[in-house]
Amino acid sequence: MRAIGIILAGGGSSRMRELSRKRAVCAMPVAGSYRSIDFALSNMEHSRVQKVAILTQFNSGSLNEHLMSSKWWDFGRKQGGMFVFTPSFRNENSNWYRGTADAMAQNLSFLKNSHEPYVVIASGDCVYKLNYNKVLEYHIDKEADITIVCKEMPPEFDTERYGSLRLDGDGKVLELVEKPMVVRSNIISCGIYIIRRRLLIEMLEKSQRDGQYDFVQDILVRQQGIRSIYGYRLESYWSNIASVEDYYRTNMDFLKPEIRSFFFWEYPEVHSKHSDLPPAKYNIGAHIKNSLLSSGCIVNGTVEDSVLFKQVYVGNNCIIRNSIILNDVHLGDNVYIENCIVESRGDIKEGSHHIGEDGIRIIVEQGERYTL
Amino acid sequence: MIKKEMIAMLLAGGQGSRLGILTAKMAKPAVSFGGKYRIIDFPLSNCINSGVDTVGVLTQYMPLRLNTHIGIGIPWDLDKNFGGVTVLPPYEKMAGTEWYTGTANAIYQNLAYMEQYNPDYVLILSGDHIYKMDYEAMLDFHKEKGAECTIAVMPVPMEEASRFGIMIADGDRRITDFEEKPENPRSNLASMGIYIFSWETLKEALITNSAQPGLDFGKHVIPYIHDKKLPLYAYEFGGYWKDVGTLTSYWQANMELIDIVPEFNLYEEYWRIYTNSVSIQPQYFGNASEVERSIIGEGSEIYGAVNSSVLGCNVVIGEGSVVKDSIIMHGARIGKNCVLEKCIVAEGAVIGDRCRLGEGEEAPNETNASIYRDGLVVLGENTTVPDDIIVGKNVLIAGQTRAENYAGGRLKSGRSLILEGGEL
Repeated sequence: MRAIGIILAGGGSSRMRELSRKRAVCAMPVAGSYRSIDFALSNMEHSRVQKVAILTQFNSGSLNEHLMSSKWWDFGRKQGGMFVFTPSFRNENSNWYRGTADAMAQNLSFLKNSHEPYVVIASGDCVYKLNYNKVLEYHIDKEADITIVCKEMPPEFDTERYGSLRLDGDGKVLELVEKPMVVRSNIISCGIYIIRRRLLIEMLEKSQRDGQYDFVQDILVRQQGIRSIYGYRLESYWSNIASVEDYYRTNMDFLKPEIRSFFFWEYPEVHSKHSDLPPAKYNIGAHIKNSLLSSGCIVNGTVEDSVLFKQVYVGNNCIIRNSIILNDVHLGDNVYIENCIVESRGDIKEGSHHIGEDGIRIIVEQGERYTL
Repeated sequence: MIKKEMIAMLLAGGQGSRLGILTAKMAKPAVSFGGKYRIIDFPLSNCINSGVDTVGVLTQYMPLRLNTHIGIGIPWDLDKNFGGVTVLPPYEKMAGTEWYTGTANAIYQNLAYMEQYNPDYVLILSGDHIYKMDYEAMLDFHKEKGAECTIAVMPVPMEEASRFGIMIADGDRRITDFEEKPENPRSNLASMGIYIFSWETLKEALITNSAQPGLDFGKHVIPYIHDKKLPLYAYEFGGYWKDVGTLTSYWQANMELIDIVPEFNLYEEYWRIYTNSVSIQPQYFGNASEVERSIIGEGSEIYGAVNSSVLGCNVVIGEGSVVKDSIIMHGARIGKNCVLEKCIVAEGAVIGDRCRLGEGEEAPNETNASIYRDGLVVLGENTTVPDDIIVGKNVLIAGQTRAENYAGGRLKSGRSLILEGGEL
């Protein structure tokens, strides 16, 4: 591949409510066995990107733990490989990352020391499968300065929270508006970009001089009309985890056969850190309908229309409906859970009832735990 | 200089012919077990959990699956710069090229491998038992007793003792005598096929006896050490240890895993078992699924009913099908409205719709009544069975079978159906 990769994995999100207390959005567990950054990282791997930087800042402990070894994505390389950049104090700079452009600019040497002519920039909080080579071919074919991967969303989609694009018949971007007040197009930016490496360095250096730090607002939006920007339309599944509602919906999407088939059964597969858990176990009293369960689970109760992550214990006579139970949760006997997300490592006391009445309720109930 | 106190040599070259069709295309240690595992995962995990980080795996019979599974040892943290896991197949020499002719002969042919680690002790393991054991505790025993060779033994019921190699030990656990499958056993301490040797003693014994045809630990090396009156000790192991040498014992050991608190517990944080997992994705249960008393591997999709069974990764059970008391391995697909009872379905097998397997009265199997018995129906790797087939008990099916292979849509109890591509 003639590109290096950058995964923007910095952010927290207040719209993730209690779920972002523990971790960055990119480290959110998704679809039972994965974390959200696995999707971008696996795409990099399968696109044969040799060298990837992950820029992280907010609550990065959980993410760092997940990325402790790069071997799961085949990035344990002598040439290239995976680089995790967190902000660090330097003589010339003692700032945190003040924005996405600043994060890249503070690691400019990564860009300068590479020889590949292009850069793929991707955000780490999106669930999708994409071969970046196809985008790069398109980019070269269109002689674009910048290519933005975009997707046409259904009219009811909440476009206001995203970058909105208007394209001409050839795919050229006529207008790019970030978080528009008035929505004029339902094509949104997927947060995936291809740019020539030297142009990116040039633009980052300029924005640093101007004291501007956001890649979209301060670089992309301002370059409109000056540079030739193209939109690459993504036709397959794409979802951004930005809020509790998005997160819930994205996980529930995996209960649909076509989504499972696309991510689980079609080449290439998504890779993640291996957790060495035993197979899931179903005892007498287990009743399971339309649900996903992961390795290490032990189930003694009823689970319907739900997603259970790894190592969840479901006690006798429990009923779980329309809920997401994150990793390593222990549910005592006779627990009732409906329309909830249970935070990882939770201990839900026996006999308790939790129902999300209007909207999704997040349950954080942590007891003292010791590993014996 | 590289120095490893103890290295392990894992004998994984045997066919394990009593597992029948399951070992037609892979060595016994590569056979799946307990849903997501393969048999070799247990000794390999024991090694790394015991602090033994240098393991030579001796392969000979059908090694591809085993090689692929072991890779460079990543799942067991045996991908190391010094030591780690090394696969050791037989190799050509200037003179006297031969296959591995016996357990000890295989080790003898790899003296050079062991020599480069400069070990004090060598642990000899076989790749065909299910157990969790701390080899470091055994080594402590070996050192404490000042032994030159220590044999791990397990107390077995006296009436079964005549099926094993039996060790007779004194009060200090020093072995005074031993007998192979004795009619009237004098002790109930059965050898587990796990040995620790002090390196110089092992080396000397192997070199001295190298001309012995089919050089074997139990038959030649241990008697040689005993005759030389070197200190030979029995280390008693009290935990779970299961020989899965026959189809019936293999099936039973799998079924034991589904008890509420199984005797062999895979769910303990301490002493985990590692494997090179075929799949990491979650498993899905459809709206009409039923599941009870079962363990199921990653990525399986269950639309029917699963009862008292062990399923591997990426298994599909179609709607309306009932799977009971069965082992279904990685990637096997069962169609709709099937009934499977006491079946062992090997990797990648595909069963059509409306099939019924394991029906009726038992009859002795025509291929080998001592292997295919106890009512089991066994389907070989990548076997296919067409729609609407009824199959009896003690049956073996292998290959891409079609409707015309089944007279009247049936295969009676005791029959075998082996087609090209499914050779024994």
